[in-house]
Amino acid sequence: MSDTPVDPSKRTWLIASGCAGVVAAPFVATPFVSSFLPSERAKAAGAAVVVDISGIAPGEKVTVEWRGKPVWIMKRTPEQLASLAKVEGELADPNSQRTAYPTPEYAQNQHRSIKPEVFVAVGICSHLGCSPSDRFQTGPQPSLPDNWSGGFLCPCHGSTFDIAGRVFRNKPAPDNLEVPPHMYLSDTRVVIGEDKKA
Amino acid sequence: MAEFKEISPNAPLGAKVGNWFNNRFPTAGAAYRDHLSEYYTPKNFNFWYFFGSLALLVLVIQIVTGIFLVMHYKPDAAKAFESVEYIMRDVPWGWLVRYMHSTGASAFFVVIYLHMYKSLIYGSYQKPRELVWVFGCSIFLVLMAEAFMGYLLPWGQMSYWGAQVIVNLFSAIPFIGPDLALLIRGDYVVSDATLNRFFSFHVIAVPLVLLGLVVAHILALHDVGSNNPDGVDIKGPNAPKDENGNPLDGVPFHPYFTVHDIFGVAVFLMVFSAVIFFAPEFGGYFLEYNNFIPADPLKTPAHIAPVWYFTPYYSMLRAITGEMMYVLVFCVAAAAAFIAVKSRLPGLFKGVIALVAAVAILVMLAIDAKFWGVVVMGGAVVILFFLPWLDYSPVRSIRYRPGWHKWMYGAFVVNFFVLGYLGVQPVSDLGGRVSQVGTLFYFGFFLLMPWWSRLGTFKPVPDRITFAAH
Repeated sequence: MSDTPVDPSKRTWLIASGCAGVVAAPFVATPFVSSFLPSERAKAAGAAVVVDISGIAPGEKVTVEWRGKPVWIMKRTPEQLASLAKVEGELADPNSQRTAYPTPEYAQNQHRSIKPEVFVAVGICSHLGCSPSDRFQTGPQPSLPDNWSGGFLCPCHGSTFDIAGRVFRNKPAPDNLEVPPHMYLSDTRVVIGEDKKA
Repeated sequence: MAEFKEISPNAPLGAKVGNWFNNRFPTAGAAYRDHLSEYYTPKNFNFWYFFGSLALLVLVIQIVTGIFLVMHYKPDAAKAFESVEYIMRDVPWGWLVRYMHSTGASAFFVVIYLHMYKSLIYGSYQKPRELVWVFGCSIFLVLMAEAFMGYLLPWGQMSYWGAQVIVNLFSAIPFIGPDLALLIRGDYVVSDATLNRFFSFHVIAVPLVLLGLVVAHILALHDVGSNNPDGVDIKGPNAPKDENGNPLDGVPFHPYFTVHDIFGVAVFLMVFSAVIFFAPEFGGYFLEYNNFIPADPLKTPAHIAPVWYFTPYYSMLRAITGEMMYVLVFCVAAAAAFIAVKSRLPGLFKGVIALVAAVAILVMLAIDAKFWGVVVMGGAVVILFFLPWLDYSPVRSIRYRPGWHKWMYGAFVVNFFVLGYLGVQPVSDLGGRVSQVGTLFYFGFFLLMPWWSRLGTFKPVPDRITFAAH
């Protein structure tokens, strides 16, 4: 170390420029970090999708793509609708009141849909984003309880959902399947991604 | 500047060239002496000490094969899967380079797990080697990120859905989670944007960090010196030395251990080549069968599981359900009660600990089990970093610890294998229960270590290493 005394004016300027550098760092980082965000093109890809549902037979399910996610449209049979009341006691959130994936008002009912038989939902498990598989067959079978009355099973971590996408209690998934905003243009045509709010 | 050395004009040409370089770049010669020809290494290294140099070998294999793969691979969601198949079918010898890289990834984890296990049983993380261990754990963590991002690149079903699951882990973090996941993906689902950035990270950003950490790991090791199976300090002030001050229990790394390690390399390469040529998919463990199907964002495969090296942690993630949270709450409450009753801390500290425990329990009950699953999974890796400060054993090596410690470590290894096995399997009731017990054991092993590691009768540690010339 040298014995030259500290020059306080130089030190002040060093501290000041050091502070300026610290302030500048987040400004410099902003463009780099922002470049990680979805691009304008990715955002624009979120347009609504129109689906013709006249060809779906009761008990059948079709999958369409909306914002890169699988959206299910299913026509439920009367027996399947009847099972909804039966399983209510075993569900985590039977009335869809949780707000992580808010259920639109028009679907906050037992069947979670506008028309009782037609179920529209995003086929992505609220746990870690896998797509649950159809398990419409009732009764005992692998990975499912013996009193199974039809619904969906997530293959990744075993979360189970009833036929209205409501999650069973004590499963990894905390939320019911998301119901996307949707509305009917006519009896057979449904728009996914848009709805009429009042 | 070092002194400029003149050499006799009659010296042989080799000596002249050597002197010319040494005058201009003395650092190279000093590094050679510090790290090879004069780095004294304990004579009693055994089988377990092959894995450090093998890890370095695998790193080189991965970098070299990676460079060649990048020449043909296309990081584009529409072309990625096809370009990997192109490498496999059309590029001359491309299949070999690709299999070397994919097998190398698994080999890396085999070697690293064995390398870590050696540190565990011989106490190589104890004072003064804490930083060597911490750098090593950082390498392990960064390697996991590297492997995970590399696995997305072939853009098969497992690539896609594996990435979807792991990125969604971040969205479980309260408040910032969903935005963070969006920032990582660069889109609302795993997509072309995700593939491109993972490619960038996998090919340049993470390898640079990895190389830096490897250098820090080795430099820190050579500063404090290698441990050995006896845990005896060969360079300490009381250790026997020769007239030059070099340890009697050590030999220079080069040529003794370089030659020794070449033997290890030969055996390793035999096994490695056998896998590459005869079982590159390794029964679906190294390359999962579902990954030979192109990624389909609309359909999750019926059974998804990460590659084998992540499965113990994946089991722990799956083990945390709503019910398990009550068990964890009970553990926190029991720990706080134990401290309140048994410890000799002043009352104020006990009050603070009780308060912290109460807040922890409230938070544990308020936030979904999903988030805690992620915390447990991350915690299982992070807890390794703290090992040097959890182990209170007065001796380093398992050789001089009480006999039942061997059973503890044995149970730990068996537990790790069981968790790994369950992580590959589909969810089942029994498997879920077993992995919950396994998770508790894994954390109990580390968190209770300050207590159990000092129990029992320790054997006297010899002054010199156990070594017979051969």
